[in-house]
Amino acid sequence: MSDITSLTLTQTLKALEDKEFSEQDLNRAYLERIKSFNPKLNAFLEVIETKLGIPAAIKDVISTKGIPTTAGSKVLEGYIPPYNATVINRLLENSVSIIGKTNCDEFAMGGSGENSAYGPTKNPWDITKVPGGSSSGSATAVAADLCVFALGSDTGGSIRQPASLTGIVGLKPSYGRVSRYGLIAMASSLDQIGPLTKSVEDAALVLEWISGSDGMDSNCRAEKWEMRGMGEIRGIKVGIPKEYFGKGLDPKVKKVIEDAIKKLEELGAEIVEVSLPHSPYALPAYYIINPSEISANMARFDGIRYGSARQNFGQEVKRRIMLGTFALSTGYYDEYYAKAAKVRTLVKQDFEKAYEKVDVIVGPVSPTTAWNLGEKVDDPLKMYLADIYTISANLAGIPGLSVPCGFSEGLPVGLQILGKHFDEETVLRVGYAYEQATNWRKEKPKL
Amino acid sequence: MTKYEPVIGLEVHVELNTKSKMFCRCSADYFGKEPNTHTCPTCLGLPGALPYINEQAIDDCIKIGLALNCTISPKSLFERKNYFYPDLPKGYQISQYRWPLCVGGKITLDSGEVIRINRAHQEEDTGKLTHKGRDTLIDFNRSGVPLVEVVTEPDFTNVEQIRDYAKKLQQLFRYLGVSNADMERGDMRLEANVSIRPETDGGLPNYRVELKNINSFRFMVAAVEYEIKRQIAAIEKGEKLSQETRGWDEDKKCTYLQRSKEEAHDYRYFPEPDLPELILDTKKIQQIKNSLPELPWSRLKRYEEEFKIKRADAQILSEDKKLAEFFERALEYGKKHQVSTQEIANFIINRKPDINSVLPTQIIEDIKGKKVGVIDNDEVLEKLANQAIEDNQKSADDYKAGKENAIQALIGGVMRLSKGKADAVSVKKILERLLKI
Amino acid sequence: MKLTKDQVRHVAKLANLPLTSEEEEKYSEQLSKILEYIEQLNKVDTTGVEPTFNVSGQENVMRKDEAESSLSQEEVLQNAPKKEKGLPAGQAGFFVTKGVFDK
Repeated sequence: MSDITSLTLTQTLKALEDKEFSEQDLNRAYLERIKSFNPKLNAFLEVIETKLGIPAAIKDVISTKGIPTTAGSKVLEGYIPPYNATVINRLLENSVSIIGKTNCDEFAMGGSGENSAYGPTKNPWDITKVPGGSSSGSATAVAADLCVFALGSDTGGSIRQPASLTGIVGLKPSYGRVSRYGLIAMASSLDQIGPLTKSVEDAALVLEWISGSDGMDSNCRAEKWEMRGMGEIRGIKVGIPKEYFGKGLDPKVKKVIEDAIKKLEELGAEIVEVSLPHSPYALPAYYIINPSEISANMARFDGIRYGSARQNFGQEVKRRIMLGTFALSTGYYDEYYAKAAKVRTLVKQDFEKAYEKVDVIVGPVSPTTAWNLGEKVDDPLKMYLADIYTISANLAGIPGLSVPCGFSEGLPVGLQILGKHFDEETVLRVGYAYEQATNWRKEKPKL
Repeated sequence: MTKYEPVIGLEVHVELNTKSKMFCRCSADYFGKEPNTHTCPTCLGLPGALPYINEQAIDDCIKIGLALNCTISPKSLFERKNYFYPDLPKGYQISQYRWPLCVGGKITLDSGEVIRINRAHQEEDTGKLTHKGRDTLIDFNRSGVPLVEVVTEPDFTNVEQIRDYAKKLQQLFRYLGVSNADMERGDMRLEANVSIRPETDGGLPNYRVELKNINSFRFMVAAVEYEIKRQIAAIEKGEKLSQETRGWDEDKKCTYLQRSKEEAHDYRYFPEPDLPELILDTKKIQQIKNSLPELPWSRLKRYEEEFKIKRADAQILSEDKKLAEFFERALEYGKKHQVSTQEIANFIINRKPDINSVLPTQIIEDIKGKKVGVIDNDEVLEKLANQAIEDNQKSADDYKAGKENAIQALIGGVMRLSKGKADAVSVKKILERLLKI
Repeated sequence: MKLTKDQVRHVAKLANLPLTSEEEEKYSEQLSKILEYIEQLNKVDTTGVEPTFNVSGQENVMRKDEAESSLSQEEVLQNAPKKEKGLPAGQAGFFVTKGVFDK
C-alpha cells in the first residue's frame, strides 16, 4: 500500500478513475502513515479520520467549519470557526477531504516552524533540522507523503521557503488570485493562500480549484484561473538578478542553483542578467509593513468573543505587534510606515522594469539549506534575514514558485521562479519543463 | 476685563437606513432584535473575515456631501482607526481619515451665518454595551451598520446656532431619504468641540474640549452651555485649559473629565489593506447630483419668493418632504378651480389634514365647499333632481331597467342645474329614492 | 534608533499587551536592534514616489445593498469563554466582559 501514498495528485486522480484502488484504500493508507510518522514529525495538530475524497492537509491558519483552528497559537486553543474559508469550500466541491490541520509558526510569523505554541515540526530529511516556515507542517506533510497535497499561506516566503527546505513544490499565487476569506490574517496586503504539492502539475490543478473571488474578498479577482497547457520553454527569457547571487548565499547552494539555470538554458531558455537595484531595501521595508498590518490584525484577539488572553501570545507575535504599533504611532508614521510604502513602490517598479526584458526571474529561494533546530531562535533579526529572496514577491504582488532543483549535503534546495503579476501560467510552464527534465521529484526522505 | 467668546465645532454621526450593513450582508435593521442575531464573521470580527463595501452607503454619503455643497474627492480610501474597546470587535474601526469622500462644504443658518463643513466621510458603527451590575453585556447587531460623519469647522458661537444646524441636518437626512435621523433611537448623534478665546482674538485656541457620549440633544445643549461658563471661569482664575474629553452628568448638571490629553487615543491610522481604493468619476457624481431631490432650504426659499408665502408658514409647509409634496399637488389642482395658494396654505396649516389618508384633491373640494356655499337643502335638491330626470328621461329609464351607472348622467344634470353647488352625495341619495320603483 | 523601556511600556499599552519588567527589558533590546537595521531605509531617495498600499490591481469594488441571512445566535456565542451557570436573566444571548465605563 505504500505506493499509493507516493503518488502525486494527478496520478492519484487517474488511478482512482482507473479503479486501481478505492478512495477508502487511499484514505486508510495516508492515515496509517500519519499514525506512524506524525508523532516524530509533529506535522499535524489535528487529524481527521477521513474515509472518502482526496485527503489534503490544511495549514492551521485557514478556517475550517467545525474543525479546531489554532493558527499555531495558545490564544486560539479550542477555537472552532463557524464558517469555512472560501478555499475550503472550493476543495470540498472538488471531492477533496480534509485529513488534518497542520502545524505552523504562530499566526504564520516565522520562517522555521519553531514559533509554534505546539512544538516545532521536524524536517523529514533530517529530524534535527527545521523544515522552514511558516507553513512548516504542510510542507513536511507533503514531503513525507502524509497527504496528497496541502494548502499553506505565504506572506514573505512561507510557502516557497519550506517547500525549498523539504524538497517539494510550493506556489505563492499573485496577490489577488485566491480569496483570503477565512485565512486568519497576518499582513493583509501581503498574504496569499497557495498549494504545496508533489509536482508542478498538481500545483496548477489546485490553483485552478481555489482561484477566483466569491464576493467576500475585495482584493480578489473575479475570474477563476485556468492552466492552458504546459509545453516547451524554448525562447522564454529568464532573468537572473545579480543582487541575488552576492554574499550571504551559501556557495554550495549557489552551485546547485547555477546548475539548475544551466538546465533551463539547455531546454532553450534565454538567460539574461537583470538588476533589481532596490533589493537590499526590500527586507527593511517588509519588516515595517508586515508588523504594522499585524499589529492591527491581532487587535481582535481580546478574549471576549473567542480565544484566551493576549498574554498568551508567543514572543515573536508580541515583538511584531509592538514593532508595528510603534511604526504607526504618532510622530513615527511618516518616517517608518509611509516611507516603507514608498520603497515598496520602488521594489515593484524594479520588477516591472525587469519584466520589460524578461518573462520570468529565477534564483534561490533560501540562502541556505535547512538549519538546526534551535540555531536561530534567539536572534529574531537573523531569522528575518533568511527571507531575503522571497519577500520582494509579496511586496510587488507577483507570483512565485519553488521547485526542487537538487541537494546540498543531503538537504533539499529549491529553485525560485518569479513571474509577472497574474502570469502564473508562464511560471508554472518553466517549472514544469525543468521538473520533467530532471529527477529530483523521485527522491523521497527516508523516515 | 477680557471678554471671551465660544468657539464651537460640531460632529454629527448619522446612521444610514440601508438594507444591509456597511461591509457585510447582514441586515442593518437591528433595532429591537434579539441580541447577536444579525451578525456574521465580518461584523463580529472573527479571524479570517473580510469587509466588502456596500455601494448604496457610498452613494448616500455622496448625496449628503453634495447637499452640503462639498467637493467629492476623486480618490477616496478607507483607513483603520485603531483602539481597544469591547464594542469594537476588530480592535479597529474601518473609517476615513486622509482621503475622505466629501470635503469643504457649507450650510447657511436661519440667522444668515454660514457654517463651513470640513468633511463628510463614511465609517461603520460599533456594537452596543449595556451594564449589568459589575458586568458589561455586548450585542453586536449594530456593529458594522453604515455611518456618515459630518464635521464642521469651529464656526459656531452660540447654542441657538447649534440648535438650528442640528434641526437642518436632521431635515436634510430625512429629505434625502438616507436616514430617519431620530436622535432618541440613536440614528443621529451629536458631539461638540468647545473652546473659548478672547473676543478680540481672531485665531483658533490651542486646545479644545470634546463633549462626547451625550445621548440627547437637550443634554448636549446643557453641556455646551455649562462648558462655556466653566472654561471662562477657569481662564479668569488663571488656570490653563488643555485638550480633554468630557461627558455630561445629568444628576449633578455638570461636565466631567473622561480622558485627559495624556490618555488621548493614538489612533495610528493607516490605509485599509482589505479595501481597494475608490476612484469617483465625474459622471457618477453628476448622476447622483441629478438624483437629489429639491433640498429643504431651496424649497423654503422658493415658497417665499415664488408663492409669496410668509416665512413662518413656508417653514411649516416645507419642513417635511411628504407634506411639501402634498401641498404642491394641492396647488396644482387648486389652480384649476380658482383656489388661491394662500387659502390652501392656511387650510393645511390650520386644519392639519392627515395627508396619509386624504387626497390633495379633497382639500380643494373642502375649501371650495366652504367658500361658495354648498346646496344641501333636500327640498331644493329634490326640485332640481326632478328637473334633471325630466330633462334626461332615457337615463332615468336605463337606471330603472338595471343600468346602475346611468345615475351618473343624472347627477351631472343636477350639478349643471345648480351651477356646481349641489352636494353630490345628497344628490345621489335623492335620485335613488326618486327612481325607486 | 534605541527604544527605551519607557517607550516599550507606552507601545505595549497602546497595543494592549501587558508586559513584565523583564519582558520590557528584553523587548527594548531586541526591538532597538531591529529598528537599527530598518534605518537603512533612510538611504533611499523617495522624493516624488507615490506610496503603494495595495497590489491587487483593483478599484471600486462594491456590492449591491442586499441583506442575507446571518449566523445563528448559537453559532455566534459558541466560542465565547465558558460562563458561570445560573446567569441572571437578560444575559442570555450577550457576550459578557468585566465592567467597562465611559470611553
